[in-house]
Amino acid sequence: MKIAVQHLARIEGHANLVIDSARGTLRELRLEIVESPRFFEAMLKGKHYTEVAPIAARICGICSNSHTLVSLCATEQALGIEVSEQTRILRLLLAHGEILQSHLLQLFFLAIPDYYGVSSILPLVRSERALVGHALQLKKLANDICRIVGGRPVHPVTPTVGGFLRLPEAAELQGLRRDLVAALPDLEASVDIFAALDYPDFERETEYFSLRGDGDYPIFGRRLVSSAGVDCAVADYQQVIEEYLVPHSNAKFARLSGESFMVGALARLRNNFDHLSPMATQVAAALEVGPTTCNPYRILAARLVEVVHGVERAIHLIDDLLLAGLAPEELPTPKGPGWGAAAIEAPRGLLFHAYRYAADGRIEQADCVIPTAQNLANIEADLRALVPQLLSSGREELTRQCEKLIRAYDPCVSCSTHLLTVDFA
Amino acid sequence: MKPKVGFFDFTGCEGCQLTVLNLERELLDLVELMEIVEFREISSDQGEALDIAFVEGSICSSAEIRRLKAIRARSRQLFALGACADTTGINALCTDRTSEQLVGEVYGTAVGHLRYRHPRPLEAFVKVDGRVPGCPIDGREFLAILQSLLIDRMPELPTYAVCAECKLLELPCTFERGVVCLGPLTRAGCDAHCIAEGDRCRGCRGQVDAPRSGPYYRILEEHGLSEEDILNELRIFNLSGEKRG
Repeated sequence: MKIAVQHLARIEGHANLVIDSARGTLRELRLEIVESPRFFEAMLKGKHYTEVAPIAARICGICSNSHTLVSLCATEQALGIEVSEQTRILRLLLAHGEILQSHLLQLFFLAIPDYYGVSSILPLVRSERALVGHALQLKKLANDICRIVGGRPVHPVTPTVGGFLRLPEAAELQGLRRDLVAALPDLEASVDIFAALDYPDFERETEYFSLRGDGDYPIFGRRLVSSAGVDCAVADYQQVIEEYLVPHSNAKFARLSGESFMVGALARLRNNFDHLSPMATQVAAALEVGPTTCNPYRILAARLVEVVHGVERAIHLIDDLLLAGLAPEELPTPKGPGWGAAAIEAPRGLLFHAYRYAADGRIEQADCVIPTAQNLANIEADLRALVPQLLSSGREELTRQCEKLIRAYDPCVSCSTHLLTVDFA
Repeated sequence: MKPKVGFFDFTGCEGCQLTVLNLERELLDLVELMEIVEFREISSDQGEALDIAFVEGSICSSAEIRRLKAIRARSRQLFALGACADTTGINALCTDRTSEQLVGEVYGTAVGHLRYRHPRPLEAFVKVDGRVPGCPIDGREFLAILQSLLIDRMPELPTYAVCAECKLLELPCTFERGVVCLGPLTRAGCDAHCIAEGDRCRGCRGQVDAPRSGPYYRILEEHGLSEEDILNELRIFNLSGEKRG
């Protein structure tokens, strides 16, 4: 039996799935990345530090805020710039806004159709009006956070090296806080919806890799940890992640201690369960996801736990900002050239940018490692374990379960800064 | 019969499709007014004849050229969605190096089998009936364009520059901060969004039909800026050299 799914639907970017089996044994399985490479690292070379983040944002429309923020942090590390507490809190709020936006899009628009047996959310507009209502209400709220803090949801305008070009008005933040509190019933309804889903029964232990929060569930951070014992500074990421080429495939894969590892919502949740907000901890119990969960289909549940955590944190971050009062700040100036690396927990997991700047303030060398590149080997390893269990269930069911598994990771192939791709022409 | 509409993407960040999905308040109405028959990012349906195709992203491979031509063949109207499809946008930043150089810089020399061509806009390969400019597109402008199409009229883009919109909003001129702004050259329609948000205009919507260079040079001189300063800025979003080649 040969199965080839061209241009997998409901993921960001272009990938094909190829499965080849004979007489009940799996002969070949590949996740082909057919997105054209975009050479961002080469494009950033020679660019002045003031234009680096707006270019880096364009790596990905879905996580443009994460790319912007981690790019700014790497530049600031390299140039010796310290940001204020106000900037730090605003950046956290913006990052939470994007995680909410991306998670809600994935959960309701990309994943739910699999569990309701439809091809997209569009048929649900009629049959499940309440569900679609909750989804749109929450998604709009997430976008409002990005709009008020970052200027627009896709490719933010206000974040800049050293701070912000425009601050939100206190009244906007107060309105946002009101809306966040008012959205709690939508969240409760969402938890009910996702607690009722029938997640496939499949488990596979792997290595879980994320930032480790310092007193808070991590977004920005300086310490990397994995369930297999990695514990190092972010600046040393190139020493612990080994990127390698696979002969059969077209994408650069990555490994830590073993052959594959997982980044993203479930890895974060497992490594930082003690830092979840009180409400999120309760929701994790309701959704049956915790520090020992190793069913990749339940990444959906981990994502929803993070949505609840994000809403609660956003409310507190707004309180902090309103209490201190927002004040315009002078943007700090660079101290000098150098190398800097930064990591952020983007919606799909660890995202690294590292730059070396020359004395004229222009980039000499850039490296960007995206979450999906790190997850690819793990998705393939999961599929290899899953497919033999399903070979007797028929082509249609097998394809459906594989696609569902791939989608659970929310792969973002558009982000291909250096996923290696081949033209099969 | 409701018009059948499809959304497609090639090489790009999918941020323009996301901007369409971010129209939360209007999305339910849109679903009533048109039949969205294809939208790979959110749907697994595909394949039929279309009234309108919105296409995001640049074209970088022979497989992409074939797929684009197939979409064109079954679409009554085809619109470029966003800068990458319209002018190559940010993707054109890599065209100052050969593809061999690019592959070598990012992947090392170990990769002999990678076939890659420089990104180009849709109109290098197929007839494009119209466009939604910007990086990303402006959601309001998309709705206005869609509205025209739904009543069977060709939408028109503003023929004046962002500078005019900026003046109407009475925003302080970016040049007064000693910062280069592409507002005088760039096509309006975004309500000078980036300038209103404290940044400068980076020219993501492409140039207005007949930019007036005389007055622009005068602005540069007045603020002690050079032609090279402008070109540096223009190169980020406006390097569409291979458009009709």
